[in-house]
Amino acid sequence: MSAGWEVVIGLEIHTQLATRSKIFSGASTAYGAEPNTQACLVDLGYPGVLPVLNKEVVHMAAMFGLAVDATVAPRSVFARKNYFYPDLPKGYQISQYELPIVEYGELFITDEEGEEKRIGITRAHLEEDAGKSIHEGLDRSSGIDLNRAGTPLLEIVSEPDLRSAKEAVAYMRKIHSIVRYLGISDGNMQEGSFRCDANVSVRPSGQEELGTRAELKNLNSFRFVEKAINFEIERQIDLIEEGGKVVQETRLYDSDKDETRPMRSKEEANDYRYFPDPDLLPVEISAEYIETVRQQLPELPDAKRHRFIDEYELKPDDAAILTNSRAVADFYEATVAATDAKPQLVANWVVGDLSGALNRDGLDIAESKVSSDALAGMLTRVADNTISGKIAKQVFEAMWDGEGSADEIIEAKGLKQITDSSAIEAAVDKVIEANPGQVAEYKAGKDKLIGFFVGQVMKETRGQANPGQVNQILKQKLKP
Amino acid sequence: MMDTHSKSMTELTAGLEKGEFTSVELTAGLLERVEAHDEKLNAFVTVTADAALDAARAADAARAAGNVGVLNGLPIVHKDIFCTRGVKTTCGSKMLDNFISPYDATVVERLAAAGAVVLGKANMDEFAMGSSNETSFYGPVSNPWNLECTPGGSSGGSAAAVAARLAPAATGTDTGGSIRQPAALTGTVGIKPTYGRVSRYGMIAFASSLDQAGVIARTAEDAARVLGVMAGFDERDSTSIDHPVPDYVAAIGESIKGLKVGIVRQHFDEGLDAACGERVKEAIAVIESLGAEAVEVDLPNIDYSVPTYYVVAPAECSSNLSRFDGVRFGHRAEDFEDLRDLYCRSRGEGFGDEVKRRIMTGTYVLSAGYYDAYYLKAQQVRHLIADDFKKAFADVDVIAGPTAPTPAFRLGEKVDDPITMYLNDIYTIGANLAGLPAMSVPCGFVDGLPVGLHLVGHHFEEQTLLRFAHQYQQVTDWHTACPEAFA
Repeated sequence: MSAGWEVVIGLEIHTQLATRSKIFSGASTAYGAEPNTQACLVDLGYPGVLPVLNKEVVHMAAMFGLAVDATVAPRSVFARKNYFYPDLPKGYQISQYELPIVEYGELFITDEEGEEKRIGITRAHLEEDAGKSIHEGLDRSSGIDLNRAGTPLLEIVSEPDLRSAKEAVAYMRKIHSIVRYLGISDGNMQEGSFRCDANVSVRPSGQEELGTRAELKNLNSFRFVEKAINFEIERQIDLIEEGGKVVQETRLYDSDKDETRPMRSKEEANDYRYFPDPDLLPVEISAEYIETVRQQLPELPDAKRHRFIDEYELKPDDAAILTNSRAVADFYEATVAATDAKPQLVANWVVGDLSGALNRDGLDIAESKVSSDALAGMLTRVADNTISGKIAKQVFEAMWDGEGSADEIIEAKGLKQITDSSAIEAAVDKVIEANPGQVAEYKAGKDKLIGFFVGQVMKETRGQANPGQVNQILKQKLKP
Repeated sequence: MMDTHSKSMTELTAGLEKGEFTSVELTAGLLERVEAHDEKLNAFVTVTADAALDAARAADAARAAGNVGVLNGLPIVHKDIFCTRGVKTTCGSKMLDNFISPYDATVVERLAAAGAVVLGKANMDEFAMGSSNETSFYGPVSNPWNLECTPGGSSGGSAAAVAARLAPAATGTDTGGSIRQPAALTGTVGIKPTYGRVSRYGMIAFASSLDQAGVIARTAEDAARVLGVMAGFDERDSTSIDHPVPDYVAAIGESIKGLKVGIVRQHFDEGLDAACGERVKEAIAVIESLGAEAVEVDLPNIDYSVPTYYVVAPAECSSNLSRFDGVRFGHRAEDFEDLRDLYCRSRGEGFGDEVKRRIMTGTYVLSAGYYDAYYLKAQQVRHLIADDFKKAFADVDVIAGPTAPTPAFRLGEKVDDPITMYLNDIYTIGANLAGLPAMSVPCGFVDGLPVGLHLVGHHFEEQTLLRFAHQYQQVTDWHTACPEAFA
């Protein structure tokens, strides 16, 4: 970023809560159904219908509040946000306004200098999602799909504590990880279950007063968040440096052109006329209830990361990657429990080859073609020297392709590591005999050639010789 | 079979039980009366004759089989604000002239389950906004006591139908007096229960925090019968309250001896027609003669109830009526240029003047910069008024006074003067703001037009109100008087 400027960012993250039915009706929240097949009379805003709060969302919001060390309000209130739009059937959105269910939270991210940094969470409130307009395939008119109308959302608002696009992404990833750990959201960004608005402003370094902010709407991937914010920061700095002024406005990010553009001002010139929804009672939560929820909370990413470092003596980076997702962490721990291999070795495999294979095939850890037991079985063979790490990669690929367990593959392909000294010696002798020139050079002091010899021996043994033994025997035989 | 139309539900139930007549005969008789008389009254928006006769046959069959609901075979009318499946539900508005409800309101469902037979849907002020039934898209309703007068509103069709002996009882809704004022003006009994006593599910919302469903009938006992079926918790309405429903019919037989009646001085100030005041005082004297003790109580903030109401109710209605946008149901303008134009034209064409007036008022009081001065202030005053009632009820069992400031006025007389029209509800609005049960009981006539006695009770003390009214009706006969043209 340009020197002399400080960036100030706050995020509003919209998380779809993973309830089976909607926040105020019994209709299903499943994604991808035919338009308007999952909208009941309440979702359609029919005359006379009334909202009834799905209690599950209160439980989920309370879990989130406790997970970020926030205050879970003993009393919160649903309000109506009034505006006309075809995807908003009632002409108002039910949302919490003055009295949200969660306030004063915090979490910690690792900033660009590698330091822990506290990010304040102003509030998190419950609200209903709107439907969506469909413009494609309709001649001169628009369609409305109200399946999504009434889907429960938790909107999580941060303090303006973020100082770069990278920090914003780190914070967003952290929230993403927490909501998935808690099981309160599937966090699916393609389906819109996790998206954010970013408030971005810049000010000269050292200035107390905040600059004028622009709000970037509906960013639905980590990459877009980073790119949109970076574009916006540059735009604002350039504008000010050229003598212009940032105007407070809502902007949309166009990922094709990698730029932000103002929304039409008409779309934001709304006075929402918020007032408490008289159809719903205030949400009252007792201290006992909060205590029960607290006791049911799972281990959260930070605690798990610290435990992995302590208990498994993992490198901090690996621990962070493994604990980013609860499913990955569970897979890792299941593997560790089922093998004699060192936890760090297991970590290397989960973070390395396993993640690589999953990414390559576009699979989730839950869909992994190699189970934690299967991986553990293979790593046990690495640990007991049946196969080398290099052969293990071959075995892993075969397992991934469904050729059987590690032991079956090792057996079928004859991949068992050669640890028989006489067999290795024979191979070494053969290599020495075949390469007199290199032997002479080595003996004359060109130590580096040891690698060449090891390679030749491994080739001779189709990679199956125990590398340690090969090294040892070679050095012995090549002694000048 | 003669004269069933003038019988109370209690009498009709006895007749049905004894086999003096069937529900089909009773229903057919009333449908004939509707046919003969409603042209004069305009009390019905829709008459559901075939469905009514089917329901009557079913009720007779059920009786023969020994399965008898508490209202089995008894005809009623629903205010056209209650959603009725497969039947046009207009709310008195052009906006919903084409709206066939796909579902039944809880009230409709419960009354049907108890065996009631629905004759049709009653005319009303548009979206229940009005005190004279003149804002209805379907035209004004006439008062059976004088066809040139209003029956009151907004439940004017319900009250006129009951007063004209077209049905023994009708449902109504009351946001600021919409059951009680028409009951007073037509010489019928009308009860608005405690807020939360009856489910609002399926009742098209006007002002959600004030709306309550209730009954208009000719006797307190009949009102008790119908209310007993309507009342009770409904999980589909978050504001309905899970509180046991007493046996109202059993409760009303008890004497009112020793109970205390609060009289509010302001209720007898200059705004009240002198002759009406006399009738009300006479009624209170009768109640005293039954052993109840009248004491003066103070409601210091009651004068603010009308202005408070005309901030809170329009605010809520401006939001509640946003769903009528021409997109999914109801009136849609034929020609429009774009989305905004679709909204403006559909709503401009679909709503009448009074509804527009309240939507605009409500939008204004909720706007940024005015919210605190109007809406928030009104909510604070509302709390003060509720507290006043609470204090007053520490000493009394009911508060009694006039229901309306005058007897029925002439159609057209106040239609162009909204403020005067709004003052019609000056005595009734307080109970809505405080969520208290209240009722109107016929207590005499002024120049041939009925006058109503207003009773307000403690929360969930409908039985006490009904008991006062029933005991009063045991020693008076105002409720048996029938408008001559409808005898």
